[in-house]
Amino acid sequence: MKAHDPLRVDAAGAPYITPAPGVGRVMVLVVAALVPGIAAHVALFGWGLLVNITLAVAAALVFEALMLAIRGRPVVSFLADGSAVVTAVLLALCLPPMAPWWLPVTGAFIAIVGAKQLYGGLGYNPFNPAMAGYAVLLIAFPLELSTRTLPLALQQAPPDLAATIAYSLGGGGAAGLDAMTAATPLDRLRTGVGLGQAMAEIRAAPVFGALAGRGMEWVNLAFLAGGVVLVALRIISWHIPVSMLATLAAVAGIAHLAGPEHYADPLFHLLGGATMLGAFFIATDPVTAATTPAGKLVYGAGIGLLIYAIRAWGGYPDGVAFAVLLMGLTVPLLDTYLRPRIFGARRARVRDGS
Amino acid sequence: MKGLWRFPGGLRLAGAKGSSGDGPILPLAPPPRVYLPLRQHVGAPARPVVEVGQAVARGELVAEAGAFVSAAVHASIAGRVVEIGDHELPHPPGVAETCVVIAGEGGEEEARAEVPLDPDEATVETLRERVRAAGIVGLGGAAFPSAAKLKPSRPIHTLVINGVECEPYITCDDALMRHRPEAVIRGALVLLRLVAAERCLVAVEDNKPAAAAALREAVAALAARSPEPVPDIAVVEVPTRFPAGGEKQLVWTLTGRAVPRGGLPYEVGVVCLNAGTTAAVDAAVHDGRPLVSRVVTVTGPGIRRPGNFEVPLGTPVRHLLEAAGGTTAKAVELVMGGPMMGRRLETADTMVVKGTNCILVTPRPDIAPPRVMPCIRCGRCAAACPMNLLPQQLYWHARGRTFDKLEPYGLKDCIECGCCAVVCPSHIPLVSFFRYAKTELADRERRRHRAEESRARTDARNARLEQQRQEREARKAARKAARARPRSAPASDEAVEDTDAAPPRAAGGAS
Repeated sequence: MKAHDPLRVDAAGAPYITPAPGVGRVMVLVVAALVPGIAAHVALFGWGLLVNITLAVAAALVFEALMLAIRGRPVVSFLADGSAVVTAVLLALCLPPMAPWWLPVTGAFIAIVGAKQLYGGLGYNPFNPAMAGYAVLLIAFPLELSTRTLPLALQQAPPDLAATIAYSLGGGGAAGLDAMTAATPLDRLRTGVGLGQAMAEIRAAPVFGALAGRGMEWVNLAFLAGGVVLVALRIISWHIPVSMLATLAAVAGIAHLAGPEHYADPLFHLLGGATMLGAFFIATDPVTAATTPAGKLVYGAGIGLLIYAIRAWGGYPDGVAFAVLLMGLTVPLLDTYLRPRIFGARRARVRDGS
Repeated sequence: MKGLWRFPGGLRLAGAKGSSGDGPILPLAPPPRVYLPLRQHVGAPARPVVEVGQAVARGELVAEAGAFVSAAVHASIAGRVVEIGDHELPHPPGVAETCVVIAGEGGEEEARAEVPLDPDEATVETLRERVRAAGIVGLGGAAFPSAAKLKPSRPIHTLVINGVECEPYITCDDALMRHRPEAVIRGALVLLRLVAAERCLVAVEDNKPAAAAALREAVAALAARSPEPVPDIAVVEVPTRFPAGGEKQLVWTLTGRAVPRGGLPYEVGVVCLNAGTTAAVDAAVHDGRPLVSRVVTVTGPGIRRPGNFEVPLGTPVRHLLEAAGGTTAKAVELVMGGPMMGRRLETADTMVVKGTNCILVTPRPDIAPPRVMPCIRCGRCAAACPMNLLPQQLYWHARGRTFDKLEPYGLKDCIECGCCAVVCPSHIPLVSFFRYAKTELADRERRRHRAEESRARTDARNARLEQQRQEREARKAARKAARARPRSAPASDEAVEDTDAAPPRAAGGAS
């Protein structure tokens, strides 16, 4: 007796019940949950982010469509899944707000073509495409990537939307930008610590706010709010964000207690840089994250640990992208060895061989 | 949820019980013909004991159980056997099995197959034999011969009566518990004696308060009637969460004991029978009536008058649909069982069997089914899996045809409940994949078994040939020696015979 080929649609059997919302709807909800953070960022840092997002999304869609056509996949239904949009938005969120147009476009190319489609498209990419795109940009264009915009409150004459677009499409250029850029709080922190300055002295600089970096603290809180909604809607599970944030806080707390003059407090790390964005929106990328509950806990903890290590002792001010990419390497291992115990099994069976 | 255990995964499904739920159990007029398959259960098919042309009364034995795990079949209508031949079964689709076909002759009076028994007087063996003779199988859908469950090789502490009908739409057990609660409770008493359990838990989902109340009333009435203390029977309401009625899930919910992988509830001291099965046990013991009919829910948006019907086994589905007012939609999809675990029927000409709890009628969807997208490894399937499996990994290996990986990932533990497929945002028909992989694995197992057998045969043949060859050579050598000997030293006949007869032991052992 030969079984039906389950890939034939007419052979698909039970359940005969309304199917769950599709991948497209999941992606729409993820983007919706990003809106508070994006809004906070635009309000506090200016129009640059919106220009970045627009450029990155447009470029990602074009690259995705081209690659799908080349690979002979149904272009429309795969474009409609929204995964390219999410990747582009996440990438744009990591770029400096005042960036020349080719930065988001090149990043989208690396993310979509290099990190996603060349590996087989949706579901098959081993690394988080947005972070792969960002990491390559960071290595290739360190100057452009470290030119961060000051919060609007610290700028003399913030550019309006038209000026921002003109700046971006003009390909950048340092003219007039000096007054609005400066080292990020994380950057300032590491330089200060390197120079032997006391924490109180460093934190007195204008780029710091009450809780963490000025502006970024509110952006982080907004991403946290959106992330909590995603967890509540069960779009993402709590495991990765909770274990990542808990680990980061714990390690930062221990270091801070041991040397309060040299190590910033846990709250600073939780609300600084890309922490909340990373915890709820980047590390939780289903395709590249661990999938078992225990695997997710270890994966999240690893990211939290690596973020702290890179921030405190590594060569880059923030470490979210590299932490996510590095932990991505461990996913096949985590998924194989941290499997849940099958109901009724006396012990989890790890023997596998894959 | 007090005193109960929460099983992993599961889904809260929208209830759709209203349409068939509230009414009485409607008797179905005997159809002109019934088709009684000899295999309506797990295990060996029954052996027919009637001939074509023979007249049979309702309840008369037409096929006897062929093995320990088997079940007898009885005439469900009075009439004449007109055919013993192959007809297509509802499960699995497309497979034909031998059926005894009976054409009705109008006689509706019930022939009691057996004398009623007093469950307090009869011996345990008599009672068990009665359940076996009545052809009772699990009526919840699994269709495991019940008598085979009732001789557990370990002490049983808890008898569980499963009234947890967790599939949306299905209400046959609900109707039975509401309208015939005393039959369920009486049957439970018989079963308690049979398995010598200390207590009985009758589990009902908390979305069936009327059924729970009716059962409690029946227990109270029993206690009031009985002069002696009655056995410990408790009605337990369990949370409505699919698949709460799965045997392993229910045993866990009630006792906190996990049925071992690949094992059965008796291994943790529990015997579990469906409420409908329990009522059938009662009928077999108290009324001497074998299993000739069952309650079937006919429901769904495509049926005119949904309801629960008492249906003679072997009734064509078409006859049942007509009794329920016919279908409303033009293109009709028929599903036997519930929407989560049921199977599509290719035709309404197939028949109601012992395991048929529901005929679900839906209009065929006029929109294309959602496109199957690649797995994004979101893990929702794993979160929903009540067996704690990783459907995303099973899918990966099933799709990649790396079948040997499926065993450690627990493919055999999959209960095909459909939770994973329902929550999948990529709309991958996961259960279909797993069924397909299971049949592939079984195929391989069979092939490997055959290959091993044939290899063993070949090895044995080679060994035999080798031994014959060596014996031949030894004889030849002996003859040669015998021929050579007279020239040097003449040997006696006796010596030659000795050499010839002695098997070449040393040579054989060394080869």
